[in-house]
Amino acid sequence: MTSATSTRATPEPGRRIRWADMGPFLALALVIVIGTLINSNFVSGTNIANVVTRSAFIAIIAVGATFVISSGCLDLSVGSMMAFVTGIMILTMNRLEPSMGANAILVGAAVGLVVGAACGLLNGLIVTLGKIEPFIVTLGTMGIFRALITWLSDGGSIPIARELRDPYRPVYFGNLFGVPLPVVITLIVVLAGAFILYRTKYGRRCMAAGSNSDVARFSGVSVAWVRTLAYVIQGLCVAIAAICYIPRLGAATPTTGALWELQVITAVVIGGTLLRGGKARIWGTVAGALILEVIANLMVMSNFVSEYLVAAVQGVIIILAMLAHRFIR
Amino acid sequence: MTLISRRALGLFSAASIMALSAGAALAQDKVTIAVSIPAATHGWTGGVVYHAEQAEKEIEAAFPNIDVIVKTSPSATAQVSALEDLSASQKLDALVILPFTSEELTGPVEQVKANGTFIAVVARGLTDPSIQDLYVAGDNIAVGANTAKWMAEKLGNEGKIVVLRGIPTVIDDERIQGFTDVMKGTNIEILDIQYANWNQDEAFKLMQDYLAKYPQIDAVWANDDDMLLGVLEAVKQSGRTDIKYALGGNGMKDVVKMVMDENPMTPVSTPYPPSMVKSAIYMVAGQFNGQAPMRGSFKLDAPLITPQNADQFWYPDSPF
Repeated sequence: MTSATSTRATPEPGRRIRWADMGPFLALALVIVIGTLINSNFVSGTNIANVVTRSAFIAIIAVGATFVISSGCLDLSVGSMMAFVTGIMILTMNRLEPSMGANAILVGAAVGLVVGAACGLLNGLIVTLGKIEPFIVTLGTMGIFRALITWLSDGGSIPIARELRDPYRPVYFGNLFGVPLPVVITLIVVLAGAFILYRTKYGRRCMAAGSNSDVARFSGVSVAWVRTLAYVIQGLCVAIAAICYIPRLGAATPTTGALWELQVITAVVIGGTLLRGGKARIWGTVAGALILEVIANLMVMSNFVSEYLVAAVQGVIIILAMLAHRFIR
Repeated sequence: MTLISRRALGLFSAASIMALSAGAALAQDKVTIAVSIPAATHGWTGGVVYHAEQAEKEIEAAFPNIDVIVKTSPSATAQVSALEDLSASQKLDALVILPFTSEELTGPVEQVKANGTFIAVVARGLTDPSIQDLYVAGDNIAVGANTAKWMAEKLGNEGKIVVLRGIPTVIDDERIQGFTDVMKGTNIEILDIQYANWNQDEAFKLMQDYLAKYPQIDAVWANDDDMLLGVLEAVKQSGRTDIKYALGGNGMKDVVKMVMDENPMTPVSTPYPPSMVKSAIYMVAGQFNGQAPMRGSFKLDAPLITPQNADQFWYPDSPF
């Protein structure tokens, strides 16, 4: 480990570092090649479109998680928060539908963004003002959000009003010049995230807070503010994911978004962002989200993995990907 | 900060002591039936909670001398603690329990019984059946078998089907076993069986993958109605016309409604009704009021829900 770090620290930013940055994309390419060899249906247009479209949720949330993680924190509550925001949005839309018609979707989406940002702000403030470990704080809010959606739905489901299904459906199933809409939305979120992270003062402060919070503080960076804002960005990303998610099945249930937090964190880390903070790779995060979804797809498309062992094979592939990542460095 | 929280704690414990003594006072002149069930964490358990609460209201209104206490628990360990709390604070005349797991709850239920409590077990049996006085359960094998018989007949014993299964549990195994045993006697080929964890999202993705993998699918069976909703969405998106039937199971109200409306793709369902907890509570109440003793094992059948009888299985106010 020490040798790896020292190699990286040598002042010769040549090929090595580029290769390391390429890691997640090479892994993605490899998984796709394997997929093509296993089953020719894998590369069919429909299958590729399905897989890319459904990875949108994890990718969008993971963009927010890249901010939180690179600033030196963690958010375990995103899956539950997603379910909670989804529930609130559907309830709002259903309440407004009789008076506003399809416009209720727009108001509902706006309410979702506000609620998402507020949930993120709550996490951020408890972490920074309360000075409590992010792991524990977000473990607590994870339970809170999950319980709230269960309570709102009485343990059943909250379906969206029939009248709103058709006008809202294109947000998941529609496309823009042949590109599925959720993919377009993901691209916009990723571009915005990349701009903020790589091109603004805030992005650099995020890295500073994550790599060494004491040094950052001494150089005049308000670490608390940077981290709180990262959680708000995370909350907004969760809300955007929720906006794309609702038209897919048209309901929120207590199992909506279950365990997504783990997929999100895995996607971020596979993508090359350091779990301890200080280094962020937004595009890598997207590759990570795609890798997870492609692997899950391959498990079904291939015939040689027993249904009982699917999770084990997925685990092995993820660990192998991370090991390869380290050795390429 | 500590002072405030300590005060809050003090208040809280005072309140709970008052609640406990109030419960004890009531128990002296009333028959107490405790109901211990899993918390509403997904559709089916949500239905269990709904029906238990309905039974509580109806029975307490009909028989003023009977007090029904419904207690939900989010896990097996929490359920064990709930049993201890319930039996420590009052004398229980009867306990109706839907155990989280058979192994972990057998001992604790046995201890409750040692105090002379009448034990009714619902849905999931205990490891030692001699503990229970009454056992009410659905038939998971029949859920699979009855669906398979209907499907095989409609397909004329020919065709290719895919199956989505739930969370690895006995319930899931029995449904799959009932289904595959019937299908073995036909020329129907089961192309694939994979887990989708009784989750709509996962079922949606799995069905998309099945559709990409197999060019010809005649019918789909999702062994739970929650998953069926995900399956239907994926089929609708694909625009494929080869799928003749997509069936579920459990009797979720949305799906029972589809059956009522004679949906061509989902014309039947099979019940594994959460209302069985209500049947059990009523049976126990009969024991203490009308002196209508009920002991033994009752296996509720899983008859097909068809447009003709769907109204009997439809609970529009239930969350499930």
